[in-house]
Amino acid sequence: MKMVLSGNASAAYGAKLARAEVISAYPITPQTKIVEKIADLIANGEFETEFVKVESEHSAMAAAVSASLVGARTFTATSSQGLLLMHEVLHWASASRTPIVMVNINRAVAPPWSVWADQTDTIAQRDTGWMQFYCESCQEVVDTMLILYKVAEDKDVMMPAMLSEDAFLLSHTSEIVDMPEQAEVDEFLGKFEPEQRLDVENPMSFGSLSMPHQYYYEFRYKMAEAMETAREKILDAEREFEKRFGRSYGGLLDLYRCDDAEIVLIAAGSMSSTIRVAVDEMREKGKKIGLARLRVFRPFPIKELRELAKGAKMIGVLDRSFCFGYEGAFFTEVKSALYDMENRPLVKGYVVGIGGRDVTLDVIHDVINDCMVTKDTKDEPFKWIGLKGGEQ
Amino acid sequence: MSDEHEIEYKGYKDLPLSPIATGKSLVFKTGGWRTMRPVIDLEKCKKCGICWKYCPDLSILIVDEYPKVDLDYCKGCGICANECPFDAIVMVEEST
Repeated sequence: MKMVLSGNASAAYGAKLARAEVISAYPITPQTKIVEKIADLIANGEFETEFVKVESEHSAMAAAVSASLVGARTFTATSSQGLLLMHEVLHWASASRTPIVMVNINRAVAPPWSVWADQTDTIAQRDTGWMQFYCESCQEVVDTMLILYKVAEDKDVMMPAMLSEDAFLLSHTSEIVDMPEQAEVDEFLGKFEPEQRLDVENPMSFGSLSMPHQYYYEFRYKMAEAMETAREKILDAEREFEKRFGRSYGGLLDLYRCDDAEIVLIAAGSMSSTIRVAVDEMREKGKKIGLARLRVFRPFPIKELRELAKGAKMIGVLDRSFCFGYEGAFFTEVKSALYDMENRPLVKGYVVGIGGRDVTLDVIHDVINDCMVTKDTKDEPFKWIGLKGGEQ
Repeated sequence: MSDEHEIEYKGYKDLPLSPIATGKSLVFKTGGWRTMRPVIDLEKCKKCGICWKYCPDLSILIVDEYPKVDLDYCKGCGICANECPFDAIVMVEEST
């Protein structure tokens, strides 16, 4: 069935399709519509779930961890300041191995107050042990939520996952979404059956203490291993999803016209759609340009990037966030992935779209033009594009 | 649940998925944390049970109707002494 849904409504329907059994969430702009839509679906009798009203995002995540430990499929959603407030409990979720799925609407962090698109909020959660996916369309949101539950709940993974949508550009943009059939989704996902859970019949305490000589170090190694396993599981889940539903999204790194590309732009989220248009334009002019959309940031697509880099002469990395005292996070990580390759391409960073500044075709043209003239990056490893009062 | 204090694992492969404890908390004797110990004057005690109710560590036992401090687990927080309406409990420094 086809429906017209916003990115927010897509997240709500994704939770419904996945039959999330417990949802604890606190409303925050621009995620509020997810919570409201879920409330609507419950009130209309379309969605049977336990909705837990909480007083903060910290509590929302704490409730989600507990629900997941009991063995319930769990969903939550937040944005920006809310995600930052959750930070402590994000670590609890991953190290408790609770496969919670969360949608985060990428919104700038204050001050100054800004509710517009910026990926600083999720980049700041890089080391919390959550898988991170960045989506480009409403259809991708619905489909990816199902893929995420499949991967997160895999007994060899058992790690939480967050799905990101750019504020307003995706959260409030309505598109036609082909809703997967419930029966098909039920078959695809199955039930969540954790091997260990909070159970009064078989009591054990979770989150206990480990002395330095005991097993803390080994528990962290197991998490590292699970994240490595997740790479393959993401690809498996996407292949199975494609077989059933006929759609796929390119795995960890979504390549667009990269086959013979000399210049490749790497970006995540909604700006990828704009870059696709720019790539098509350049291709018409005979310029060999491609897009590698960073769909998954954790686990990081190192294998895919190295494969891509074999053919390219120049890689431009677009960051919609900035790590003060260094550079954009995607830029740093792409470079480190290619560090020990022979004949690696030039890699240059571009800071764009901070605080919701529109990433227009003109901005992408500026990036492409700069990629074309860059001969080395020694003096200028990265650039702020469109800085008022800056050099153009 | 197990009474074992610690299960010895050989390595990361035989660890459970996440840090769970299958032993009872009774195996962790917390009395050693104490610097002050509650002493109950049974002459003043009216058997009201307020100390038993307030103890956050379940370390006030009721024995023959009277409260008795379980020194294996009492951390010496002094809440019982503070709450006793009859001043029947005093906190005394542990000898070193």
